[in-house]
Amino acid sequence: MTIDAIDRRIIAATSGGLPLVSAPFAEVARWLGLEEDEVIARMAAMQDSGVIRRIALAPNHYALGLVANGMSVWDVADAQVDTLGARVGALDFVSHCYRRPRALPDWPYNLFAMLHGHSRDEVEARRTEVAALLGEACRGHDILYSTRILKKTGLRLTGEG
Amino acid sequence: MRAAPLPPGTLDDADRAILNALQDGLPICPHPFAEIAAALHLDEAELIARIARLREIGAVTRFGPFFDAEAMGGAFCLCAMAVPQDRFDAVVTLVNALPEVAHNYERAHRLNMWFVLATERPEGIDRAAARIERETGLRVLRFPKEREFFIGFRVAA
Repeated sequence: MTIDAIDRRIIAATSGGLPLVSAPFAEVARWLGLEEDEVIARMAAMQDSGVIRRIALAPNHYALGLVANGMSVWDVADAQVDTLGARVGALDFVSHCYRRPRALPDWPYNLFAMLHGHSRDEVEARRTEVAALLGEACRGHDILYSTRILKKTGLRLTGEG
Repeated sequence: MRAAPLPPGTLDDADRAILNALQDGLPICPHPFAEIAAALHLDEAELIARIARLREIGAVTRFGPFFDAEAMGGAFCLCAMAVPQDRFDAVVTLVNALPEVAHNYERAHRLNMWFVLATERPEGIDRAAARIERETGLRVLRFPKEREFFIGFRVAA
């Protein structure tokens, strides 16, 4: 989908969040000099096309006790990786799940899944669970724990494009 | 961002119901909070006040639209490097100096530096990776997303 300059202004205006008022889309419209109907129609169209994944709350999983996580990586047979990847991605303790290219010989893994838990032990138990799900289609795996955040910045979009 | 668990007793049942329900999304309509509030047997004003409090105490990192930057023409790529321990800090400085580096983690592995490049256009990825290779003399392995498996992750509050 192509988004136009007005869509970009809506994106820039809401990228910090939706206003917490009874009529949030009317408030965004007021900021931008638009009508509420237009903001609603444009945001609905962007959601239909996938530009907006959803309008939702992102819980702070650390605050809620999910303090442990590891990037698990799996070498899954090419013929089965898409079917099995979808099953791994559907698990409620897996946040990011992607098929990515291998980088042989350094890196044999083609499925990445971020595993979350309340403790390192729980993450390890979930790793075992994923290994069981993948079964013989998986030829090897590893898990990489982060030891330090070196940089973290949100995606910043300008209104210009 | 708050990195430690909230003290026990910080959240009541209504807070937990809100956290669980609003991960799935808010309808795009004139009074979306009124709709969610009705489903949770809360008053609209109370729901809004509770979301604001959840954000203030750090139980919520963000409330609003989640954009797919790729659908808007942007590009992302996960990258990894094997950085010698004695050069690690110097390489961190070089890599982090690029505005295209969105986040960067040290991980316990031979490939010990993992970062995400985010650029407005796809051509920017290779340009940024090549610049890092030139400045550090180290290879940048690129792991672009080939397929995304979406995504059951929910934090049960």
